[in-house]
Amino acid sequence: MWTRRVWLGLRASAGGRRGFPSKADPQGSRRVTAELIEHLERLALVDFGSQEAVARLEKAIAFADRLRAVDTDGVEPMESVLEDRCLYLRSDNVVEGNCAEELLQNSHHVVEEYFVAPPACFGGEAAVF
Amino acid sequence: MATPVLRWCCPGRRWVFAGIGGVSRHGRGVPTGSTSSGKRGQSSVAQQPLITAQKPRKGEREWAAVVGLEIHAQIASNSKLFSGSQVDFAAPPNSLVSFFDASLPGTLPVLNRRCVEAAVMTGLALDCHINRRSLFDRKHYFYADLPAGYQITQQRLPIAVNGSLVYSVCVGKRRSQMVTKTAGVKQIQLEQDSGKSLHDSLRSQTLIDLNRAGVGLLEVVLEPDMSCGEEAAAAIRELQLILQALGTSQANMAEGQLRVDANISVHNPGEPLGVRTEVKNLNSARFLAKAIDYEIQRQINELENGGKILNETRSFDYKLGCTVPMRDKEGKQDYRFMPEPNLPPLLLYDSESLPTGTDPQQVINIDQLREQLPELPRVTREKLVQQYGMLPEHSFALLNEVGLLEFFQNVIKETRAEPKKVTSWVLNTFLGFLKQQNLAVSESPVTPSALAELLDLLDRKAISSSAAKQVFQELWRSKGKTPAQIVAEKKLELMQDAEALEQLCRSTLEAHPQVVTDVKKGNPRAINKLIGLVRRATLGRADPTVIKEVLERQLSL
Repeated sequence: MWTRRVWLGLRASAGGRRGFPSKADPQGSRRVTAELIEHLERLALVDFGSQEAVARLEKAIAFADRLRAVDTDGVEPMESVLEDRCLYLRSDNVVEGNCAEELLQNSHHVVEEYFVAPPACFGGEAAVF
Repeated sequence: MATPVLRWCCPGRRWVFAGIGGVSRHGRGVPTGSTSSGKRGQSSVAQQPLITAQKPRKGEREWAAVVGLEIHAQIASNSKLFSGSQVDFAAPPNSLVSFFDASLPGTLPVLNRRCVEAAVMTGLALDCHINRRSLFDRKHYFYADLPAGYQITQQRLPIAVNGSLVYSVCVGKRRSQMVTKTAGVKQIQLEQDSGKSLHDSLRSQTLIDLNRAGVGLLEVVLEPDMSCGEEAAAAIRELQLILQALGTSQANMAEGQLRVDANISVHNPGEPLGVRTEVKNLNSARFLAKAIDYEIQRQINELENGGKILNETRSFDYKLGCTVPMRDKEGKQDYRFMPEPNLPPLLLYDSESLPTGTDPQQVINIDQLREQLPELPRVTREKLVQQYGMLPEHSFALLNEVGLLEFFQNVIKETRAEPKKVTSWVLNTFLGFLKQQNLAVSESPVTPSALAELLDLLDRKAISSSAAKQVFQELWRSKGKTPAQIVAEKKLELMQDAEALEQLCRSTLEAHPQVVTDVKKGNPRAINKLIGLVRRATLGRADPTVIKEVLERQLSL
């Protein structure tokens, strides 16, 4: 299963998992399998059309690999550069909206003030509404 | 998971395998969740078909079911969780959408203070530990009603954890006793709602309305501490009442303000828990218990047939009354959770840790919110039981109908009658009339004052209880008339003249010597005949109990 081979920020989270895995696979595989490519393409809607693209991906992974040269044992990971900033709280007032016309102009295809979704846009999760 | 090893299903109910081909028919999983005692006697062996079950089972097997719930409640706020567009149920499509909600480039989320307060209050009401520091994450998946391609939620560190929801179920043969149960609250988190998709099957296209996109949701995760549909429904009901009492959500299932997903599995008591399925789209209070019970039975049937339960997501089909698998996902969904880069950690304070010299608008004090918490339903009920001596079931009934408690309290205020009488009249007569005509309390033609006046007349013994019922009926039908007026019009006043009543009784006794003999012989029903005769003679204006008293005295019984 591809999850065991992942070691870059391709997090394996099956819903209920708390936190992101910080201990990566020490082996570190440089090979990116066809299975992984398929999975990535589905998740990110990116097209890895050619072998060249796959090679480039592998180079990118190798480049980022150098991060692991730093020993981070026992160091609390930084999740956000904003961690010391204050989270601004907005008052609960209605101050925007009412611009349907403007927004609908962005869409190629509309029907009576509704956006029309292209048929391909239902990847992954089934209808929840 | 805090599930005891030996667990029986909801009181009085045992899940028993009952023959093959047992797709739960309506007769079994009755929506009211009443105990079907007929089940216990069912034999399971006789009709084994020729399907080769791997392990043919003989005799009855006991099963226990485990139900956990994920509840999404829409926060009652003016504007959305991360933007200033309005929250409203019915508005022209895409009119309540800001640039951020439409996920246009260059927009950023700005957290709504009211939503945070709502989450903290709910956490406090459910006895949770409030995390002083909580984080926002992105949950990625592609769907047309999620314009950004991700939902901002709290996966790593939610705002509240480890609480409990106390609820009650009816037990006993006549379901008249209430038993208290507890479901653990695993966590409460803030997250965004998605937009709405409308499938136009005619032109096979999907229309998207983003009005709901970005509305604040409270996700409440309940531990798998429930064991059947009835318990789940009762827990949900109590949560609804709590949210409504707090004002944090209107929690109206019909309007989509409260949505429930259930995680269900079955196992044999003493053995490890079974594979669970997730049942989504349980958005009707009426069908919630039914759907859960159906799924439990389906799993039992499947396992008894030697099959396996798949860890899948199912949906409840209301028309067919059964759960069906949802469109299968290729492999497990990978949400690629990552910290929301645009939002710093959410920090909450209490009176001790509150930093000085800060803008009060920018800090949230948990202790202050705790002090401001309104009375919870559980406390209200306890007070009713203590103050008015009513049964717990009655307190539940009073809180179960919108406006009924207020009505009851208004009547109590204005009448001299005993609280027990008021309780009985409100819950039986008044509520009965409302239900018959499908009216809400606010639509009642009878005001609390009118009922109070009527109960006063009854209390003073100015009218009999049967007359009172007549008056009530008349009050219901004709607006504007007072009980006193109706009593006068219909001449329903009780005879106050004791002497005249004595006379009537005596003359009735004299006129019917045969009946008198019967009574003296010991025929218990003969006296009723006499009472009836006197009543007729008084034109229904004498209280039957008083008549009986007088007659018995006169017959020196």
